[in-house]
Amino acid sequence: METTSSRIAAALDYAAVAVEGNTTTVAVPWERAHEAGEALRREGYDYLIDMVGVDGGDTLGVTCYLSQSENPAHVLKLKYSTTERERPRLTSLHDLWGTANVYEREIYDFFGIVFIGHPDMRRIFLRNDWKGYPLRKDYVERNDVPLDNERIDDMERVCTVTLEMGQEREAVSKLFGEEEYVVNFGPQHPAMHGVLHLRASLDGEQIRSIDPVFGYIHRGMEKMCESYTYPQILHLADRLDYLSGTMNRHAVCLLAEKALGLEAPEKAHYVRTILDELTRIASHLLGWGCMAMDMGAITAFVYGMRDREKVMDIFEETAGGRLMAGYGVIGGLAQDIHPNFQKRVSEFIPYMRKMLREHHLLFTGNPIARGRMEGVGRLTLQQAVSLGVTGPSGRASGWHNDMRKIEPYAAYGKVDFEEVMRSDGLTFDRYVIRLDEIEQSLRIIEQLVDNIPSGAWAVKTKPVVKLPEGEFFQRVENARGQFCVHVESRGDKSPYRVKFRSPSLTLVGGLKAIAPGTKVADLIMLGASLDYVIPCIDR
Amino acid sequence: MEVKNIRIKNIPHEEFKDNEYLEKYVAQLREGGVNVVVGALSDLINWGRSNSVWPLTFATSCCGIEFMCVGAARADFARFGWEVTRNSPRQADVLMVFGTIVHKMAPVLKRLYEQMAEPKYVMAVGSCAIGGGPFKSSYHVVKGVEEIIPVDVYVPGCPPRPDAILYGMLQLERKIKVQNFFRLPAGPHPDESSKTEGDGDNE
Ligand code: SF4
Repeated sequence: METTSSRIAAALDYAAVAVEGNTTTVAVPWERAHEAGEALRREGYDYLIDMVGVDGGDTLGVTCYLSQSENPAHVLKLKYSTTERERPRLTSLHDLWGTANVYEREIYDFFGIVFIGHPDMRRIFLRNDWKGYPLRKDYVERNDVPLDNERIDDMERVCTVTLEMGQEREAVSKLFGEEEYVVNFGPQHPAMHGVLHLRASLDGEQIRSIDPVFGYIHRGMEKMCESYTYPQILHLADRLDYLSGTMNRHAVCLLAEKALGLEAPEKAHYVRTILDELTRIASHLLGWGCMAMDMGAITAFVYGMRDREKVMDIFEETAGGRLMAGYGVIGGLAQDIHPNFQKRVSEFIPYMRKMLREHHLLFTGNPIARGRMEGVGRLTLQQAVSLGVTGPSGRASGWHNDMRKIEPYAAYGKVDFEEVMRSDGLTFDRYVIRLDEIEQSLRIIEQLVDNIPSGAWAVKTKPVVKLPEGEFFQRVENARGQFCVHVESRGDKSPYRVKFRSPSLTLVGGLKAIAPGTKVADLIMLGASLDYVIPCIDR
Repeated sequence: MEVKNIRIKNIPHEEFKDNEYLEKYVAQLREGGVNVVVGALSDLINWGRSNSVWPLTFATSCCGIEFMCVGAARADFARFGWEVTRNSPRQADVLMVFGTIVHKMAPVLKRLYEQMAEPKYVMAVGSCAIGGGPFKSSYHVVKGVEEIIPVDVYVPGCPPRPDAILYGMLQLERKIKVQNFFRLPAGPHPDESSKTEGDGDNE
């Protein structure tokens, strides 16, 4: 690591480089951000984890979290900012990392920073007629609930700002040409994957390109976090990707514990790990059922939900909640586990194994299902890395990106399990990898459930949790991929800035990449195979 | 006020809570000149209507997952005739709003409601749909769907359990049963229906 950072320092002589643990921070003037990005790309930083927009008071800036697909444990922060608040401009990095495209649109939407050279400077979550930039500190609420539909022209108006010899030039174009045949899909639609609005340009039955429209469930969580206390934020994290609620919550807990220098008791680590894996099983079962349902097989959905109820029962008994368990807290668990917990979990493991075989028999082997899934929707490894498609979908393309292996947190370091990998990146791979992951989750639970240490389940925290000043970052593996939390604290009881990295957002980027050329009838299935959760995207 | 024969699958009237609401509703329907001692034909139609309520699936977030649970094997709303979830508002009887409604979604929701054929009902399920829920302080969240469309039944919870959602569904069935199909009230609530003298759409 040392050598990397010294190499970077030598290559970027205009940058301020600081090393702290596993993280290197590189600050550059914004005019040279692209140059720095190119140099880092050459150093092997091919994975842009997240881009965080920050309103620093007198500056507006960006923090990019970068990593290497070969060495994903290493994280590098690239920072650049501008002091211009009226007409803020920064350089776009969309040509270096595919994910930067959506992240920069998001920052434009929230902070009003225009990225020079970005091909598509549209708002991403909010409507085009939204007044102001909500995540700026000086934002004043002045938007009423609109009752008229958004105009298509507004949705399609693409703006690009370029810099030519110091002169700014603004070019406006339309997303789809006049001759293109565009079909709207959503936001209310029968597919089981939430209120995503897709606009697909068709060529006969084939898809030419798609344009996802987000924001139909943008709840403004990140802004809310800025006025909430840390224990309150946990509840918002639950409701981001509600199918991985426990894991998202886990991420925030781990982050706060790391910042406070707390160590949760061993028991809490064990139980959190078990619950995380149970949640993963529940989520994959739902994902499996919904994917089958999206392909027209309702039986599989009912089977999946039936098994999921078993997990919900365990949650309900121990945590008191079904979908929103609300069980992990900063410092450990909310309460002790139920006396039946171990028994119930141990009973669930053989049951689930048996059912897994049945699910394979029912659907995986079905010739119609195979016929639809095989050979469709290839996502290459290179695309997966550039677009940041993590989780089972990324692993189906052969990218080792499992945070449980990369940075074993909680009790993952103590158990023996396999990171399930496939290499083709086809729909069938993404489908089957989830079922295989259920098996691995069962293995993890099996090793832990009988060894849950006795004793305290939480350490005491101060009544008001205040994180020390600084920036904190935590990654966990949720059911859809890498879920990351970035918190900037100024020592108060509420954070200064919170950013959640949604693995689902990048999954939709994956959909955009694989959809062209496929049949329109397969679009829903492709989306289902990526298994995104829309409220997590919109936050 | 006796509200008789409002049983759902042999669950007697007394087993339900919030009966005062229904009684008040019936009282006000009568005051407003609507005859609740409905004829045999209306009873027959209501029997059919209340036992085959087709919901429009409109799940935006977390609560939608519990809706899936209601539809799946354990809770199984097919027992009460709700299993035909429709994806087109034109075929649906009840708009079930699950989850948060945000500014960008509000016009879509309104339009969906307007596209539904009369008589139509709305259920607001979950704290978000009722009043913004945990996101009440957000800049982009509608503080309850009632700001946009009238609501018949509220099911609180974050998310409500499947049993609670089922209970809400049964309450709606009861409400349908006391109405006179030929003179449907205009508003969803007692006060509103008495004001408007119950001239709804009677097609
Ligand atoms: S009420 Fe709770 S569970 Fe339901 S959509 Fe709102 S936040 Fe999610």
